Amino acid sequence: MSATPEVLLSARGLTKRFGGLAAVNGVDLDLWCDRIHAVIGPNGAGKSTLTNLLSGDIEPTAGRVAIGGIDTTHKSPEAKSQLGLGRSYQKTNIFTSFTVWDNVRLAAQSRRRLASWNVAQWFTSADSQAATNESCERAIELAGLTPRARAIAATISHGEQRQLEIAMTLATEPQVLLLDEPLAGMGQAEAERMVELLLKLKKGHAMCLVEHDMDAVFALADQLTVMVNGQVIASGTPGDVRSDAAVQAAYLGEEHQ
Amino acid sequence: MSASSKVPLERLPHGVRITLLVGGLALAAVPVVPMEGRDFYLQMLTQMMILAIFAMSLDLLQGVTGLVSLGHAAYFGLAGYALAFLTPANAPASLWWSLPAAALVAALAALVIGFFVVRTHGIYFIMVTMAFAQMVFFLFFDNKSLGGSDGSYVNFKPDATIAGWGGIDLENKTTFFYLTLALLVGVYLFLRRLLFSPFGRALAGIRANEHRMRALGYGTYGYKLTAFTLAGGLAGVAGYLWAAQTGYVNPELMGFHMSAHAIMMVILGGMGNFAGAIVGAFAFEYMLHLFKDMTKHWQLLMGSFILLVVIFAPRGLLGLLVRKKEEAHERNS
Amino acid sequence: MLAAGLTLIFGIMGVINLAHGSFYMIGAYMAWSLSAQFGSLFVAIVVGALLSVAMGWLLERILFRHFYHRDHLDQVLLTFGLIYIFEELRSLLWGDEVHAVQMPAALDWAIPLTDNLSYPIYRLVMSGICVLLAVGLYLLISRTRLGMKVRAGAFNHDMTQALGINIRQIHGVVFALGVGLAAVAGMVAAPISSVYPNMGSTVLIMCFVVVVIGGIGSVRGAFVASLLVGLVDTFGKVLLPQIAGMLVYMLMAVVLLYKPEGLFKQ
Repeated sequence: MSATPEVLLSARGLTKRFGGLAAVNGVDLDLWCDRIHAVIGPNGAGKSTLTNLLSGDIEPTAGRVAIGGIDTTHKSPEAKSQLGLGRSYQKTNIFTSFTVWDNVRLAAQSRRRLASWNVAQWFTSADSQAATNESCERAIELAGLTPRARAIAATISHGEQRQLEIAMTLATEPQVLLLDEPLAGMGQAEAERMVELLLKLKKGHAMCLVEHDMDAVFALADQLTVMVNGQVIASGTPGDVRSDAAVQAAYLGEEHQ
Repeated sequence: MSASSKVPLERLPHGVRITLLVGGLALAAVPVVPMEGRDFYLQMLTQMMILAIFAMSLDLLQGVTGLVSLGHAAYFGLAGYALAFLTPANAPASLWWSLPAAALVAALAALVIGFFVVRTHGIYFIMVTMAFAQMVFFLFFDNKSLGGSDGSYVNFKPDATIAGWGGIDLENKTTFFYLTLALLVGVYLFLRRLLFSPFGRALAGIRANEHRMRALGYGTYGYKLTAFTLAGGLAGVAGYLWAAQTGYVNPELMGFHMSAHAIMMVILGGMGNFAGAIVGAFAFEYMLHLFKDMTKHWQLLMGSFILLVVIFAPRGLLGLLVRKKEEAHERNS
Repeated sequence: MLAAGLTLIFGIMGVINLAHGSFYMIGAYMAWSLSAQFGSLFVAIVVGALLSVAMGWLLERILFRHFYHRDHLDQVLLTFGLIYIFEELRSLLWGDEVHAVQMPAALDWAIPLTDNLSYPIYRLVMSGICVLLAVGLYLLISRTRLGMKVRAGAFNHDMTQALGINIRQIHGVVFALGVGLAAVAGMVAAPISSVYPNMGSTVLIMCFVVVVIGGIGSVRGAFVASLLVGLVDTFGKVLLPQIAGMLVYMLMAVVLLYKPEGLFKQ
């Protein structure tokens, strides 16, 4: 970890066209270490598409993404993950039939970079790998799921599933975190817990947060980007963005009716 | 639509395990018990065991990784042909190198075909596996030099001499039975071990949610290809044994019906735990013999049986057994 | 034509139907018995088409409807069971022998191409019918309201239902249409290929190859791919007879390398 903040992920001119429609149009974005960068905007602004472009789930029509200085624009999701990118999903994307522990353990196992044809590992037990287990336990504790570790993922509450979502992402030990609506569908208490967790995670990570919950956004964000119709209409500190006239007209003004 | 949305039965309940162990011991005891028509039963059971190995290899692909292959028989048949070609005209081939060689041939073919096939998903995967298996079928069917539609003979059963000791005589039906049983148990234990290894857990993850596995940093293509190749090699072991037992190979061994039977066995027994594949193989073969003995129009019975299973017992016979035990348990507590 | 039916059933309803070949076979056998009854192949085809569409509708209502949400494996198993049953039904209804179907006398001549080669006119007519049906199908799917509803249903099942369009009826129609296409294909091919028990499985594989190359759900793809496959197969038999049987699969392998989802993705 460096003493001065550095840019861990950098996107320039990111564009995605579907037919004639540009869902994301010429977006520039920098994610700094130890900072939370929130992306907000009305529905259909292109926030989800942007997240998918950054994570490698879809290919950009134009533009570049670099992680730690390495161009990852056309790399696969698994390559990006191994380069230090972690992503959580808006629609909970876990292994519902596995236990919480197995979910996170599988995530942690990915860091061992085992070749599938490594015959020796075929004869070992997945549960007996100490390093993986430690990493798994740490991630579960950070996410506050230790008491539920042995429960089947399908049986835990929605809020706990969102926590699991984060725990899995954390177990891959990423430097860059893309969080797609982590507070989605959470009650007040759960949301507060999640905000606490996210603040704890700031140190040593560069985080990008897509969220609709404005209270959470202003509690968390060091930087703010506002998107409307696929384009960035304002970007800067929350204070600057709040007072930007265009932003008020397009978005915040309606919210605070 | 995913390859399977059902939760696989991986860890077998205690009661089921005991039942299986008892079944296995009974099987081992068959050659020793005096009975009418012993040779016939030995032959039939050996065949069922061979098919059980075949079914287990498919279960690795289908039940564990979630890849539905309609062309798995290609590797079964290729290994059989390998034995036929490796056996000279006037002497047997040694078991100790011809078996690994045949399995290797099957695995290599699976690697090559898998390279093309594993990049497809869902329904495409099902279709292309079938198509490639048909290609292999036609390769042998159309070429007299490879035996053509008449097939080829395995002139002698493999020779199991170790350093001059000829104690294991595979012409002896009992010996062959025990060899097959040993391989069956060996493959089963290997696959159970594999299931809970890091590799096996990754395969289970791919089946459950491949998209998330990639996002977590797993190279899923490589994992699937390895599983495909390994499954092909194990199918080769079964194919070798089949050729050794029957002494004859023909393109039908690589055909659509053989692949279809394998799928039915795996589904019938219950997927994802390998014990189901064994149960399914035995049950399927038994039903086939039963229906064929009953009536000339056995296909009607077979088809109806399959329909009944898919409608009422989607988790297979083992799943049904487990459910019955769970219900009984609940009633008693 | 056969592939178009399969690609429709799969692309639009997401059901894999291995028994599709069986429908082809049933069509062919129907042509044999019906043409004997009515004395004319043409009438047999019309009657047969109606019968098979009705059968398709029934099958969909009774059986397939319950399997849309089940995974592919269950559908594969279901259609396996059906293949066995259809084989047996065929055996019971029509027997196990190979039959020849009489070509209509009017079409039983050939156009001379060179001094010793001539092209049977029936094949031309057959191709013509197929092209007509393919074009008709294409227009139906892309230009009519029914076609629009079918495509909407494929794209977003729940939304279409919410919009009040009777998705169940659409599924019934599509399935019946798919079955009808397969059966008519069998009937039209019968005079040329003769009618024999295993014709279903033989043609099914080729059908699958065509659908994979063309892209699932794309009728246009099925059409183009079947032409391509036919060309490769025919020229292969002439130019490279040893590997002729394998050429088509090699074509498929190449397509898969560059376009794993077929030439015309839906």
